[in-house]
Amino acid sequence: MKLHSKQSINNNFKRSRSTFTLSVVTVALLSIALSGCGSTKSTSTDTPSPAGKVEAGASAGTKVVFIPKSAGNPYFAQLEVGFSRSAKGFGLDFSSQAPQSADATSQISVIKSQVQRGQEVIVISPNSPDALNEAIDQATAKGVTVITADADLAGHEDHRALGILPVDFATIGPAQIELLGSMINYEGEIAILSATTDAPNQNAWIETMKTALKEAKYSKMKLVEIAYGDDEPQKSATETEALFSKHPQLKGIIAPTTVGLASAAQVVTQKEVFPGGKNAKNGGVVLTGLGTPNEMRKAVKNGVVAKFQLWDPADIGDVAAFVSSQIKAGKLKPAVGTKFSIPGKGDFTIAEKNIVIAGKLVTFDKANIDQYKY
Amino acid sequence: MKNRAALSIALPIALIILALFVGSKVSPNFLDSKFLMESLTLMAEVGIVAVAMNYVISTGNIDLSVGSNVVLTACLTAKLIQAGTPPALGIALGILIGTGLGVINGILITQTQVPSFLITVATMAVYRGIAQALMGSASASIPEAYVGIDTITFAGLTVPLLLLLATALLSAFIFSRTIFGRWMLALGSNASAALYSGVPVKRVTFLVFAITGLASGIAAVLMDSRLGLARHDFAKGFELDAITMVVIGGTAIRGGDSNIVGTLLAFILIGLLRTTMGIANVTAEYQLTAVGILLIFAVLFNRIELKSKARKD
Repeated sequence: MKLHSKQSINNNFKRSRSTFTLSVVTVALLSIALSGCGSTKSTSTDTPSPAGKVEAGASAGTKVVFIPKSAGNPYFAQLEVGFSRSAKGFGLDFSSQAPQSADATSQISVIKSQVQRGQEVIVISPNSPDALNEAIDQATAKGVTVITADADLAGHEDHRALGILPVDFATIGPAQIELLGSMINYEGEIAILSATTDAPNQNAWIETMKTALKEAKYSKMKLVEIAYGDDEPQKSATETEALFSKHPQLKGIIAPTTVGLASAAQVVTQKEVFPGGKNAKNGGVVLTGLGTPNEMRKAVKNGVVAKFQLWDPADIGDVAAFVSSQIKAGKLKPAVGTKFSIPGKGDFTIAEKNIVIAGKLVTFDKANIDQYKY
Repeated sequence: MKNRAALSIALPIALIILALFVGSKVSPNFLDSKFLMESLTLMAEVGIVAVAMNYVISTGNIDLSVGSNVVLTACLTAKLIQAGTPPALGIALGILIGTGLGVINGILITQTQVPSFLITVATMAVYRGIAQALMGSASASIPEAYVGIDTITFAGLTVPLLLLLATALLSAFIFSRTIFGRWMLALGSNASAALYSGVPVKRVTFLVFAITGLASGIAAVLMDSRLGLARHDFAKGFELDAITMVVIGGTAIRGGDSNIVGTLLAFILIGLLRTTMGIANVTAEYQLTAVGILLIFAVLFNRIELKSKARKD
């Protein structure tokens, strides 16, 4: 490689000297251009939602956009399946736009550009409970209705009009106990494989499981251990194996976490201790919990896991589409205590903090799992 | 040589006009100057750091810690303001913290002689790690009085954009009219030649990292005010966005060169491109792809330029 001489350094220097003049000119021109149009337009932007008016004639339905947490996520794709089918039914002009990365700040620019597109309703799965407050407030000030879906602005609910959550979390514990109980004739030793010891949802579900177990129906089911796999596949697998060696009489495991359930399913498959497996003693170990159909499909088809549960995110989309159309039509007021019913889906009530529960847990088994792609 | 300089300015301007044209075709709501300014303001923080990144890159170094610097400074400043620090002092301390983190980079690099790439990869992890340890999953909210600097306008421009323009002008002046500017380019062209011709290499290296630190501090304070709170997961990919702007702006990544106007134009181009694509509902994946393709073209263009320059030399 040729060494740069002092001469060429000087050349560089001279070049940048000439670009300085260029830069001054460019900067001056740019600031004139930007500030110039800024002042001419400022009057028109004072009127609320000029954008909405422009396209009002072009599209018949209310313009609704869904902003998921991230792009290419099958969970949100399933939510959109529900959203778009219902949006069609209610005559909405529906679209979706994911942020570039799964963090709150990248959702801010999506919110801004969607407001500018003239959206009348923004349905968003926020990546943060508070980082979007400013952007949401600005959208609301421009007449846009902002609804959260799947996740909520916990502690900052007053910034959005309505929050749609997948299921009533209080029902999860009892439902899981009933599901496992029904598969082990309501008797025998059972264990729980959870995530971390301080995961709030997990602990709330475990508490409701314990309460449910006090019912007479479940009196022969004995909870022998709660293991924590920290939502890490390796640790979850190790904890599952430990459960087998510590409790040879174990009849069932509930893993109310998608990571835990998938890892436990692998262990059960390898050891072949599932009901009907080669090493299954006195009927084998029944594994169930909360999981996604995509992750559990193989285990269900192989007969390792007979049944498991989760909510269907499409329910959230259905409800979001319905409330979007009704709020904009003035037929639904997002206030606590308001009741409404969706044709084919049932009755709903807006609960405290303007929260609507979209659906119930779905129990997946061999017969229905192929209908769900998330 | 004049022609090339003119081309490296004319090309991005042509692309900017193209982006404006396509944008206005795609959506009738696009050519709304208030919206365009809001969209560019969202990126002004990256722009300021990108201008400062010219200093580091011109000396043949790189600073990958700017994003982590911004997030740590933003978190610390938010905590200070929450604790009741008066407005002016809080802002000053924030900028000082950012500069301080840059100074740490500068000291480590000049004292250990380890390549800046490695040192700043390390401090990138350290700074964000500290921010995460400090904040946990919580966020520090900022009192109303501090919030919304991005909505204040002077002469039709928002404060962050004005700061960006001021930074760019000052930097263009420093690079073309001062001995410090000359030293940076000399150091980036050939470090040993610069050393033997009397350039205070260590001092210059130290200063350029202090300058990216300073810019990160300013960006952090702006971000605090724009978002009204600070979290440990802010400013992700910030360093890559800044470097992308510098490279698309035509600055040679191997040093010995700076192009402040180009960086400014790249800022506007990327900003408009993202805005156009956002309003056209181009999916996130394709938006990333488009910026990546632009980057490849910029690098290729730069290489051709370098080759023809080498032939002439």
